[in-house]
Amino acid sequence: MILNGEKVELKAGQTVYDFLCGLDYNINRIAVELNYEIIPREKFKEITLTEADVMEVVTFMGGG
Amino acid sequence: MDDKLIIGGHEFNSRFILGSGKFSLEMTDKVIKNGGVEMATLALRRANVGGSENILDYMPEGITLLPNTSGARNAEEAVRIARLARAIGCGDFVKIEVVHDSKYLLPDNYETVKATEILAKEGFIVMPYMYPDLNAARDMVNAGAAAVMPLAAPIGSNKGLSTRDFIKILVKEIDVPIIVDAGIGRPSQACEAMEMGVDAIMANTAVATASDVGLMATSFRLAIEAGRKAYLAGLGRVLEYKAEASSPLTGFLRD
Repeated sequence: MILNGEKVELKAGQTVYDFLCGLDYNINRIAVELNYEIIPREKFKEITLTEADVMEVVTFMGGG
Repeated sequence: MDDKLIIGGHEFNSRFILGSGKFSLEMTDKVIKNGGVEMATLALRRANVGGSENILDYMPEGITLLPNTSGARNAEEAVRIARLARAIGCGDFVKIEVVHDSKYLLPDNYETVKATEILAKEGFIVMPYMYPDLNAARDMVNAGAAAVMPLAAPIGSNKGLSTRDFIKILVKEIDVPIIVDAGIGRPSQACEAMEMGVDAIMANTAVATASDVGLMATSFRLAIEAGRKAYLAGLGRVLEYKAEASSPLTGFLRD
């Protein structure tokens, strides 16, 4: 699937939560858009990813 | 004296809003404390893989976060960024910033009004960054803006109050808080804007590019407080082409 514009490997049956934790993301510091739709944090464990998915993971940084 | 800044029903004692860009993460806390800052902006970016340091870990407890939509080139992109920012879970405030001119970074008031309308309806507390135009400011207020943030000069330029006369018009005519954002380069310029009656100052580059960042944050706090008090006190009048003695004239020398 595509993560932040780049192709990444996906293990079969991975949920959004498994996938993000596997990459050491701090779940409480990010927002996730899957196929251009925002996924609320509480749904991370309910959604299973597929090869066709496009994911954006964003966080805050300094900025005016 | 009870003199609060109220934005979208939230009360602030500080009138210094800090832009958090261009600082080292370690300096963030000191700048916020020295500046007496109660609200700071943040930008949204793609998150790198791995547990890298996050600016949220450096924000003091109790500070109100104001995510911006920097990078947005139209209303649609601004709305997308705002929704993502809210999904991180740091409140309902958003500073709308729509820019598609990469040389001067001037905001697009028309797209900003459109984004304001959509986000205000979704319950955001919308603070649009804008070019100080009275008609656009009225449109933003009608669209649900909780404040307007007119620029003093191009972002990051430190050029000061180039738009002085137009900001004065907003102060006179617009009922939501006016927050001068972008271009303020010195504490004296922040002070002057506050004397004019604007409600708050946002600064980032002016502090971040100072030689002593912490001391400059203190200086901005004092200047903003001084300007506010001067505005509340009511500035003394100006005389053109004449003078008026402040001391009683001695009567005996020429009598």
